[in-house]
Amino acid sequence: MSQLKNFSKGFIKENPVFVLLLGMCPTLGVTSSAINGLGMGLATTFVLLMSNIVVSLVKKGIPDKVRIPAFIVIIATFVTVVELTMQAYLPSLFKSLGLFIPLIVVNCLVLGRAEAFASKNNVLSSMVDGLGMGLGFTFALVTLGGIREVLGSGKFFDLTIYPENYVTLVFVLSPGAFIVLGYLIAALNLIKKND
Amino acid sequence: MAKRESSFINMVVTLVLVTGIAAAALGFVYDFTKGPIEAAKAKAQAEAIKQVLPEFDELGESFKTLTEAGGDSLEFFPAFKGGELIGTAIKTYTKNGFSGYISIMAGIDKDGNFSGYSVLEHKETPGLGSKMDTWFNNTKKPNQYVIGKSPESTNFAVSKDGGDIDAITASTITSRAFLEALSLAYDSYKKNKE
Repeated sequence: MSQLKNFSKGFIKENPVFVLLLGMCPTLGVTSSAINGLGMGLATTFVLLMSNIVVSLVKKGIPDKVRIPAFIVIIATFVTVVELTMQAYLPSLFKSLGLFIPLIVVNCLVLGRAEAFASKNNVLSSMVDGLGMGLGFTFALVTLGGIREVLGSGKFFDLTIYPENYVTLVFVLSPGAFIVLGYLIAALNLIKKND
Repeated sequence: MAKRESSFINMVVTLVLVTGIAAAALGFVYDFTKGPIEAAKAKAQAEAIKQVLPEFDELGESFKTLTEAGGDSLEFFPAFKGGELIGTAIKTYTKNGFSGYISIMAGIDKDGNFSGYSVLEHKETPGLGSKMDTWFNNTKKPNQYVIGKSPESTNFAVSKDGGDIDAITASTITSRAFLEALSLAYDSYKKNKE
């Protein structure tokens, strides 16, 4: 597999949210606005990239039977690094995402890539895979967050598009997340079918 | 290099090494970010105090008092201008929000009226309860405006409960909790003055 293909598979073909349906909890939980989706996506991308690199570096030294606990410790370390850094330098983003950052540890996407990809491939491929998957995840979260924000609060990245009196409130609430996600998956399946 | 065998010794050594390195790395990052995190928190608090009080040039020493109802203490930040007390910012809270805890910085001027408020922390529904940071601050809607009012002359309860303040549309629980937090701040302010 060429590196380009390896990188781009995360966007459409194996998009973690729309196709693999991994990491649904943060996906549905934080995407009430585009900026939250972007913040969560980038935080996850960083964790994914770093844990993929480290896992692929140390994979030979870790006995098979303890590989999962070892991977979890590696992932949890990077999540805590993100959490502390965000709290220190981006306090306003941390305020809205704070609750969900520790959940990256148990985001099946991160452990899934460590287990299914990084523990079997070399460092370069794992890096590209982590970056592609992470950006695919970010792309999905921003799309979902953007649509919900426009429909639900009349804004896009905090810029008012139309007055608040005409919004459909349900889209910023939890049911709206499921509705928009359902339509997005359907739309993507249609595109893939026609390919 | 061949893959390491899953023998007991190998597993223990690996896990000890992995957790040890992780702990050391985290300790380093924690040390590094400790200062900025505290600075960011202090800055957010200072900005909230500035926002809720009339212009002041000196902040007195803050102190904490217990509330009559029990529970956590409230923190008071007296503010002075030219040596004269012109208002007090009070960090108040309620646990009765739609999603639990809400923390608010409320300002009370020297006449005992609210001079402003700033919501520090909440988990209310976006688009509904989260509107409280602007709703009670809207000068165009006197019935939902709390600034310049005091629980002495105004009944700080939502109109549905027979009070004088209009609740946020579709967020009565949040509005009740918000007014409860302000009342709590006022009560301990009064008690503290006596």
